[in-house]
Amino acid sequence: MSAAQGVVASAAGQSSHASLRPRKPVSFYLVRTLQYGIMILLSCIFMIPLVWIVSTSLKQQGEVFAYPPVWIPNPIQWHNYAEALNRAPLLRWLANTATITLIAMVGNVVMSSFVAFGFARLRFPGRDALFVLLLSTMMLPEVVTIIPRFILFKALGWLDTILPMVVPPFFGGGAFNIFLVRQFYLTIPKDYDEAARIDGASNFAIWRRVLVPLSMPVLTAIGIFSFVYHWNDFLHPLLYLFTEDKKTLALGLRAFINPYDASWHISMAASMFLVVPIMVLFFIGQRYFIKGVVMTGIAGR
Amino acid sequence: MARRPMSRLMKREAIDGYIFILPWLLGFLLWTAGPMLASVILSLMRWDLFSAPVWAGLKNFQDLFRNPLVGVAFYNTAFYTFLSVPINLTTALITALLLNQRIKFQSFFRTFFYLPGIMPAVANAVLWLWILNPDIGLANSLLKMLGLPTSQWLWHPASSKPSFILIGLWSTGNTMVIFLAGLQGIPQSLYEAAEIDGANWYHRFRAVTLPMLSPVILFNLVLGIIGTFQIFTGAYLMTNGGPQNSTLFAVLYLYRLAFEQFNMGLASAFAWLLFFVILGFTLIQLRLSRSWVYYEGGEA
Repeated sequence: MSAAQGVVASAAGQSSHASLRPRKPVSFYLVRTLQYGIMILLSCIFMIPLVWIVSTSLKQQGEVFAYPPVWIPNPIQWHNYAEALNRAPLLRWLANTATITLIAMVGNVVMSSFVAFGFARLRFPGRDALFVLLLSTMMLPEVVTIIPRFILFKALGWLDTILPMVVPPFFGGGAFNIFLVRQFYLTIPKDYDEAARIDGASNFAIWRRVLVPLSMPVLTAIGIFSFVYHWNDFLHPLLYLFTEDKKTLALGLRAFINPYDASWHISMAASMFLVVPIMVLFFIGQRYFIKGVVMTGIAGR
Repeated sequence: MARRPMSRLMKREAIDGYIFILPWLLGFLLWTAGPMLASVILSLMRWDLFSAPVWAGLKNFQDLFRNPLVGVAFYNTAFYTFLSVPINLTTALITALLLNQRIKFQSFFRTFFYLPGIMPAVANAVLWLWILNPDIGLANSLLKMLGLPTSQWLWHPASSKPSFILIGLWSTGNTMVIFLAGLQGIPQSLYEAAEIDGANWYHRFRAVTLPMLSPVILFNLVLGIIGTFQIFTGAYLMTNGGPQNSTLFAVLYLYRLAFEQFNMGLASAFAWLLFFVILGFTLIQLRLSRSWVYYEGGEA
């Protein structure tokens, strides 16, 4: 490939002297073809598992085990979804998941933007030391706090409620989120604050009426990441929720993992209840997803 | 003590500052600092959550070092982390480099690679148990059709950890998008300057792309190792540590000690051991990074 690209560069250079529209050499097309070939192959490999979950969820039992594998079910068996609903309270679990996710998301978004205002805009003794402390908590592995938190929540009587999942986000909104919003606030000129302050606005009003409206892109990104995190979370519901009708969908789906049960098509259909909302969210908010990932990447510098 | 007395205005600003950061500060004390302190004390106790706790001193730590499963758990975790993270980062970087060429349908390809990364871990577990099923799974069916040897995947001690690495590789899209953003942030002028100096694609990669991307690589490396060291959900759901403890990862073992055997003291001691191992690797990386990470604007 190195030789090929070298040739491309030098050949292109020479031909541009000869005529105004350089003719591209064969090797250029070869490299291009190879490039597209690899991309298409990789995309297919990445897409196969997703296609397979959808395909299996719509098959009849007989087709599930067919060899060679059947890709497009015939007939399409929508009944699998009804059967999945019959076997477990999926809709109830879905509602529980949605409740936890939405409350936690509000906590993450509102509180991280609130705290970030203090770190980005106000001067007070110890601010920089506290910010370093905040940054260092981002690198702290969670493992040591799992057990004492569990004991704390047990002592508070919060076991088997959604409180262990939804209350912590309201205390600060997450170190990483605070960091992201703060970096974003630093790009907003202070003139806006000053103008509002001269008009007699309090710090709270400046945060609420000036900075929050200007930082919607980063807040949307945080909201989306928080949604994905809480929607997909398995560990915390596993630790804190026990009663069947209090479970989240992620936790409840565990009942469909049974290697000795041959109804894979029903398990896939049940999983789709968890997967589809996330995918819909992705396709609606794709722009913000990518933007958000880009922001985290740049913050990582 | 402040060197100069604060003006009334500065005092008001400081008070407001503390009010704004108060939620985080409380959260830090309640959910991080407090629990960490409690965890230190717990690691020196015997406690099953129900009867009264008993002081044990360093006995928990002695037990850990005598317990062969602790070694197994750390070996499995290290094996997984130190293969998975480099493979993931390399794949993500190569894909990002390919995507960063002037290529049509760039956003389509990006979507394809990114999408698996947001799949819920539980759905992943259901899906991959099915795909990797040795008798009827898609993976072995496809291998058979191509005339290639099949595998026992998650059901054999030799292939179970590599199977987890493979599954992890599927969700590498997030890292790829971060790399892609990093690549697009490199000024084109640097490449043009290199080209004038006669640099070929390798020189350009080595002398421009890698140094400019190094902070992003470090970020992904540090967070990648912290994350993979704490692998839990997939192992808990798919293999539950088996076969023959070959996928007994550290956090899975922690979960068993604490929430299946209710040995809170021993589990806390184990958590601290794990904590210091992860912290150690993080500090080593940050120290090593000084020799290979290039920060724009810093001294070269």
